[in-house]
Amino acid sequence: MRVVIVGAGEVGSNIAESLAQTHDVVVVDRDPEMVDALTYSHDVLPIQGDGTDVDTLEEADVGDAEMVIASTDDDETNIVTCGAANVLGDAFTIARTKSPKYLKAWERGRHAFGVDFMVCTDLLTAEAIVGLAGLPTAQDVDTFVDGLVQMTEFKIPEGSPVAGQTVAEADKFDSLTFAGILRADEIIIPSGTTRLRAGDDVVAIGSPDSMRQFSSAIAPQEDGPQDIVIVGGGEIGYQTARLLEERGFTPRLIEQDEERARWLAEKLPKTTVLNSDATDQELLERENIGLADVVVAALENDQQNLLATLLAKRMGTDRAIAVVDTGDFSDLFEAVGIDVAVSPRKVTAEEITRFTRARRAENVAIIEGDQAEVLEFEIDAESLLVDRPIQESAADFPEGVVIGAITRDGERITPRGDTVVRKGDHVVVFAETAVLETVTEQL
Amino acid sequence: MSRDRAGGLDRNVRVDWRTCLSLVGAVMVALAAPLVVTAGVAVASGDSAIPFLSTAGLTFAVGFAFSRYERGNMGAREGYLIVALTWLVIALVGAVPFVLAGNGTLSTPVNALFESTSGVTTTGATVVQDFDAHGPAVHLWRAILQWIGGLGILVIAVAVLSQLSVGGAQLMETESQTQDVNKLTPSIEQTARLLGWVYAALTGLMVGSWLLLGALGLAPNVTPFDAVTHAFTAVSTAGFSPRAGSLGAFSPAVQWVTIPFMFFGATNFVLLYYLTQGDPSRLLDSDEFRFYLGVVLGLTGLTAGFLVTSSEFSGVEPTVRHSLFQVVSILTTTGYATVDFNGWSPAAKHMLFLAMFSGGMAGSTTCSIKTLRWVVVVKSFRRDLFTEIHPDAIRPIRLSGQVVDESVVRDIYAYVLLSIVVFVLLTVFVVTDAARAGVGINEFDALGAAAATFLNIGPAFGDAGPYGDYAFFPRTTRVAFIVLMWVGRIEIVPVLVLLTPAYWRS
Repeated sequence: MRVVIVGAGEVGSNIAESLAQTHDVVVVDRDPEMVDALTYSHDVLPIQGDGTDVDTLEEADVGDAEMVIASTDDDETNIVTCGAANVLGDAFTIARTKSPKYLKAWERGRHAFGVDFMVCTDLLTAEAIVGLAGLPTAQDVDTFVDGLVQMTEFKIPEGSPVAGQTVAEADKFDSLTFAGILRADEIIIPSGTTRLRAGDDVVAIGSPDSMRQFSSAIAPQEDGPQDIVIVGGGEIGYQTARLLEERGFTPRLIEQDEERARWLAEKLPKTTVLNSDATDQELLERENIGLADVVVAALENDQQNLLATLLAKRMGTDRAIAVVDTGDFSDLFEAVGIDVAVSPRKVTAEEITRFTRARRAENVAIIEGDQAEVLEFEIDAESLLVDRPIQESAADFPEGVVIGAITRDGERITPRGDTVVRKGDHVVVFAETAVLETVTEQL
Repeated sequence: MSRDRAGGLDRNVRVDWRTCLSLVGAVMVALAAPLVVTAGVAVASGDSAIPFLSTAGLTFAVGFAFSRYERGNMGAREGYLIVALTWLVIALVGAVPFVLAGNGTLSTPVNALFESTSGVTTTGATVVQDFDAHGPAVHLWRAILQWIGGLGILVIAVAVLSQLSVGGAQLMETESQTQDVNKLTPSIEQTARLLGWVYAALTGLMVGSWLLLGALGLAPNVTPFDAVTHAFTAVSTAGFSPRAGSLGAFSPAVQWVTIPFMFFGATNFVLLYYLTQGDPSRLLDSDEFRFYLGVVLGLTGLTAGFLVTSSEFSGVEPTVRHSLFQVVSILTTTGYATVDFNGWSPAAKHMLFLAMFSGGMAGSTTCSIKTLRWVVVVKSFRRDLFTEIHPDAIRPIRLSGQVVDESVVRDIYAYVLLSIVVFVLLTVFVVTDAARAGVGINEFDALGAAAATFLNIGPAFGDAGPYGDYAFFPRTTRVAFIVLMWVGRIEIVPVLVLLTPAYWRS
C-alpha cells in the first residue's frame, strides 16, 4: 500500500516508522532537515514542500496513493491537505487535529472537508485519562462498539484479594473475559486454572460495568474517585475537565496563565479553576492536593508533568496520571511512581494503525509495549467465525487469540463455547502481535 | 462616518443635538394621536376637549418644527441625550392638559408636572386629592401617560439602551435571555415591535379578563373605562387609578385577577415572548426569574405572617390576598393598593418598604433596582466568600449559565451603591425641606416617600400612603421628586453623563 504522510513531526515520524517496513511510505514536510533526518533512519521517500500545495501533492503522487495521513501540528493545514488530496485521487484521507471543533463539524457529515477519518489527539487523550481516572487500578482503557465494550488493563496491586486466585475464582462477572495476562514482558493467555499474581497486568474485555466491579474486587479499599485535580489547562486539560463534568464530577483545574484560566472558568461551569503555578507548594498545600483521589498532569512538557505528579504523590495523592509526549518516557514515569503515563501519540497511533491493516479493523487498542492488540471487527460472510459455534472455529485460529466480546444489534452477547457468530456481529478480539496478520485475515 | 456627523456638529459641542431634537420632535408629533383620542373621550363625557386638542396642536407644531432638523448618525452620546430628553418632553407635554383643564390640585404647574412625570415614569405617585374633581378624560390621560411610559421603556431598552453602556443596558446585553433580544429578530426595530406587541397583548388580555369577570357577575362595579385605565397602568407597572380607593374599590375576584398582570408586567418581555411561542423553559430556567419569584413569595409569606400575628384580617383568603397583592404591587413598582396598608403593623409595613428596593426583572416595565442586579450582587458576594478560602480560584459569575463580564459586575455594584446614596440624600432633603417649610413628616414616611418616587413605585407611607397623596409636600420637595422620578426611571446614568463637561466637549 502506498501511504503519503504529510508532516514529519513526532506523530508523523512515528507513523512513518511503524509503516515503513510493510508499506511504501512517502513523507512530505516543509522543513528539509526534518525530511532528511527521517530518510536516514527509515526507508521512506522524502519530499520537501508544502502539503497544502497541489504541486507538492502531485509530486508525492497522491493520485496513486491509497492513504494520505495529514499529521502536521497545524489543524487547518491537515484539513486542507486532506481536501486537496481528495481532489487528486481517491486515497483514504486521515487528518490529525488538536482542537475538537473541527471534529464536531466532521462528525455531523462524515466526509466533511474531504476528510475520511479525523483523529482528534487531544480529545482522545482526554477520553483515555477520564477512563483511567474512573478506575482506580486501570493502566489502560479503550472502548469499542460505541462504548458497549471496554478493554481495560488492570494492574494487580500487592495485597490485593485477587492475587493468588485462579482466573476461574476471580471471574465472578458475567460479561467479562480475561483475555491476557502480562507478566514480566511475557503474554500469558489465561485458562481457568491460571493463577493471578500481584504485579500482573490483566487485560480484560467486557462491559464497562463489569470493569468497575472487577476494579473494586482488585482494590476493595478504593472507592470510586470523588476529588479529581487536573494540572494544566491546555486543550487536553480542558477536554478532560469537560468530560469529567459530563460524568458528574466537579474537578479542580490549575492553570498558570490568567487569561487562559479565565477562559477555562467561563467554559467549565462545574470546575473550580485555580489560577496558579502548579508547582507552587503553598498552593498545593492550601488546596489540599494531597487529599485528592486523582491528580492528572497535562502541562506543556513531560518534565513539568513529572514534577507536578511527583509532588502530588509525595503529598499523599492516591493516584497520579501524567501525560507523556515522549513515548519512551512512559516506562520511566511509571518506574518512579507515577501510576499511569498516558501518551497522546500512542493514542493517536492506535487510531491511525487500524486503517493500515489489510482489512480495516473498526477499532484498535495497542497493549503495552506493542506485544498484543485488541481489535474490533465487523463479521462478514468470509470470516472463519461466521455461522459456527466459537468452540468449533477456535481450533482454526492460531495460539494467542482470545475472543473477548461479541455484540449483535447494539446488544452485548457473552461469548461461550456454543455461541454462534452471525454476519454483521461485532467481535472484539485480543491477539498477540505475532499472530496479528493471520488473525486479521481469518476474521 | 465622521463626515456625515460633522454636518450636525457645532465647533464646541461634540453632541449632535440636532439629530436628538429631530427624533424627540418625532415623538412629540406622535403624542398628538393619544391626545386627540383623549379629546374624543372628553367630548363623549361632556367635558371640554379644548385642553387636549390645544395640547395636541402644540405638541404637533413644536414636534414638527424639531423634526425638521437634519438627522445625522446616532452614537452613544446622542443616545443618552435622546433618552433623557424624551422622558422630559413627554412629561412636559403631558402636564399641559392638566393645567389647561384647571381642576382641583392638578391646576398648578408644579402639581401638573408632578402628575405627568409620575405618569410617564410609570411611578404612580399622585397629587390628586379629590378624584371626582377630574373628568374621565383627565383620568384616561393619566393612564395613557403611564402606558406610553411603559411602552417607551421597553422600546428604549431594546432600541437605545442596548446600544449604550448604561448600567441597565449592559444588563440587557449580559442577561442571557436578553441576549436573545438580538437573536429574536435580526433588526432592533423588529424586536422592539415584537416586544411592543407582547405588551399590547398583555394589556388587551387584562381588559378582556376584567370585562369577563364583569360579565360573570364577579366584578359588579367594573366599567369598560375601569378595565381600560387599569389595564394601561397595571401592565406598565405604573399604578395610577381613577378610583380614590385604587383596587380596593373592586371585588376580591378583580384583585386576584390583577395580580398576574402586575407580575408579568415586571417579567422580562423577551421571556414572555418565548412563553407565547410555547417555550416556557426559558422563563422557568432563568436564574433571575426564579429569584424574582422567590423574593415575591418570600416577602408575601413574611408579610402574611406579620399580618396574622397582628390579627389584621380575619380569615386566610383576605390575609393571603392582601399581603400578596400589596407585595406584588410594591415590588413590581406598580403601586396599587387593595387596602390602606398604613394601618398595618410596623413589621408588615417594613416588608413592603423592603420590597420597594427589589423591583421586577430587567427587560420589563418595572423600575427600582431590579432583580437582575440583586442576583448578580448576591452571586458576586457568594463568590467573594468562596475566594476567601480558595484565593487562586477564578469563578465567573453566571446568569442562567451565561458568564457575566467583570466590568458589568462592577457597574452593577456601582449602580446599586449610587441608587442607595441618591435615596439617602433625597430622604435627607425631604426631611430638612419639610422642617424648613414647617410640614410635619416622620422619618419612616420620608424614607418611604423618597424610595417611592426615586424608585418609581408610587404610594409610600403616612400621608403619602396608598390612599393619600403627595400634594402636602413643600413645593421644593415636589420639584425634587419630579427630577428624581425622571432620573430614576432612566437609570440615573444617562442624566449624570449629561452633567459631565466631557460629554459635551471632548
